[in-house]
Amino acid sequence: MINRKIFFQGLKALKGSRSPAIPLAACFIALGALLKDAGFNLQQSIASSFFTYALPGQLVMAESLLVGASLLNIFLAVWLVNFRLYPMTISLFPLLKHKSQPKWKYYLSCHFLAISSWLIAKDTYKKVERKYRIDFWIGIGIGTWTTAVVTTVLGYLAADYLNKDMMIGLAIVNPVYFFCMMIGAMNNLKMATAVIGGVILSPIFFILSAEWAILYAGLTAGTVAFLFGGKNGFK
Amino acid sequence: MDLNNFIVLAIVVTSLATFTSRFLGAVTSEKVDAASKLFQWFNYVAYATLAALLARMVIFPAGVLASSDISIRIVVLIVCLVLFIITKKNLIIPTVTAAFLLSALSAFL
Repeated sequence: MINRKIFFQGLKALKGSRSPAIPLAACFIALGALLKDAGFNLQQSIASSFFTYALPGQLVMAESLLVGASLLNIFLAVWLVNFRLYPMTISLFPLLKHKSQPKWKYYLSCHFLAISSWLIAKDTYKKVERKYRIDFWIGIGIGTWTTAVVTTVLGYLAADYLNKDMMIGLAIVNPVYFFCMMIGAMNNLKMATAVIGGVILSPIFFILSAEWAILYAGLTAGTVAFLFGGKNGFK
Repeated sequence: MDLNNFIVLAIVVTSLATFTSRFLGAVTSEKVDAASKLFQWFNYVAYATLAALLARMVIFPAGVLASSDISIRIVVLIVCLVLFIITKKNLIIPTVTAAFLLSALSAFL
């Protein structure tokens, strides 16, 4: 059903100096502690990382709860901040497609799609034979997802021992790691246009409309890169 | 409604809002060929959206990061990106440095 050798090859992405386990652990420890402060019990904190598994959305949920937002508001705010997962899935899953593989693998494993797993998969999918890429992806996904859930628990339990400055230190690890990964992926002019354009437009659009800023910035910079950013060479 | 029930509903709502995008992405992917122009466009939009999100996480953060000073966050980010480049793309050194540097600067400045 799942090619075990390839699955473990994906799982092993957690090891080594490029491991996404470090930023994941840092940010989900910080999240676990934050959820405790927001009034969540341990089971609710675990459920949040288990079922949502998307840090920016979970942060928005916690903040919305603190300011007393309605469920509809929470849904819209989270949907907008996590809508990036739609283009991210479409820019990965066609690379993992194979007609011999059942659809349920794709429908279930899309839950593992997050920044960390996505960047690792985009970086390494070519090493795996097309037929088994989805098993490789499931390996990466199970590894990163489990790390997130376990470290949420650790953060929740460690909340009383973490002071504010330590939490701030943990929280910056995530964006720094992903910025480094993005710079690593900027291997041609189009990619550089997309990434730098997104970084510059995001704060500008944020001032105009906080909720829609990420979407507008991503659409604009991505389309500009696609149309004008020099020749070819997508990854 | 008591807070406990509301938190459970908030988790359900958040998870649904998140899974919708992933699942629709998986369904749409069935029709998208990896060699097509459409795929390329989605690829650049995905990278640009991610870059936009990361910029927002540093400049207008949610959660505990918001209580640190924006100029300190940007300095730490730039220092770490330079470290990443001069250490020939080592990921451990800049990420560990980021944590200690921002903690220390937030505590002492």
